[in-house]
Amino acid sequence: MTNNQKKFMNMVITLTIIAGASAFLLSSVYQFTKEPIAKAKDKRELEAISQVVEEFDNNPFAEKMIIYSKNQKDKLDFYPARKKGNITSFAIKTYSDNGFGGKIEMIVGFYISGAIKNFKITSHQETPGLGSKADDAKFKEQFDGFNPNKQILKVRQDGGEIDGITAATITSRAVLDAIQRATDAYNNFNAGK
Amino acid sequence: MNKQSYINLTRGIIKENPTFVMLLGMCPTLGVTTSASNGFGMGIATLFVLIFSNIMISLIKNVIPPMVRIPSYIVVIASIVTVMELLMAAYLPTLHGALGIFIPLIVVNCIILGRAEAFASKNNVWQSILDAVGMGVGFTIGLTSLGVVREVLGNGSVFGYTFLTEDVSPLLLFIMPPGAFLALAGLIVLFNKLQGSK
Repeated sequence: MTNNQKKFMNMVITLTIIAGASAFLLSSVYQFTKEPIAKAKDKRELEAISQVVEEFDNNPFAEKMIIYSKNQKDKLDFYPARKKGNITSFAIKTYSDNGFGGKIEMIVGFYISGAIKNFKITSHQETPGLGSKADDAKFKEQFDGFNPNKQILKVRQDGGEIDGITAATITSRAVLDAIQRATDAYNNFNAGK
Repeated sequence: MNKQSYINLTRGIIKENPTFVMLLGMCPTLGVTTSASNGFGMGIATLFVLIFSNIMISLIKNVIPPMVRIPSYIVVIASIVTVMELLMAAYLPTLHGALGIFIPLIVVNCIILGRAEAFASKNNVWQSILDAVGMGVGFTIGLTSLGVVREVLGNGSVFGYTFLTEDVSPLLLFIMPPGAFLALAGLIVLFNKLQGSK
């Protein structure tokens, strides 16, 4: 082998060893952390659910159902919260694609009457300090007891009854869009029963 | 501690501060510093990656042929970052949620590769650790102070503690991307002024 060939082989071997060792390390760490990551995600969702529904003594996670909107376009997760066997309130996992930074995912809690209790945004890409305020109590408290079937679920600029977030109207609209999606699916589910 | 170790440890904090002097790693600097705690978290995450990557690089520096050193470093750094991200998602989900997409960006953070190339590939493990700690602390200080300035001006709070009343509206601009540049420029001026007066 010439000197150049030797150099070349040396490079190839070194890079292969480094890549192989990295791949091995990554796959073992991935296997090792797979379960804790899934658990952490479940815990986060369960926490979000318990924040938006009434007190419960069942496991809403175990009773998860899937509900559909009218045209079967949306598939949303539905979590009933029971106290002594009776459904007191329920949570629906919903989303909107109209956020300022793209998709907003949230869990909305409803009273059994269909009025909103609270909601929790679980993932978003809104502007920090502006759109991210959608998850603050100041914006959310006006939803407690708001019934989208009887009141107009729109921001004031659009002729509705909700005070949007200052300088984040697009985010406010997206949140309402997500709630509307959950309400529609629930109404459709109720009508089908 | 001998003189050389001391110089290596403190170099990154003041004389070659990554944020204010070398202007390296601008992507996380401008992107995550919307609040003091985000800046601090990013700084600490970078500090850990920097320590591990400097250790690894200085250990394997002699077996890597010079012509393929950059790809080798990148693979090593990317692996360390991914391992960190997985561990964080598993055991520190709150912090992981806050830093989100910025963690993979540590891979392409110039500070990490810069220190691997400029320092760890030429020095022994112990000195490389000192250099990584110094640079990491300097970066953390830079990001945290930028975060504090932006949070105070833009949101009227610091480390999540609000001090403004409801009717005073903060300068929202500082939370948004242009504010990052303005705040950084102001801090660099201040930093140079303080350094020059020594």
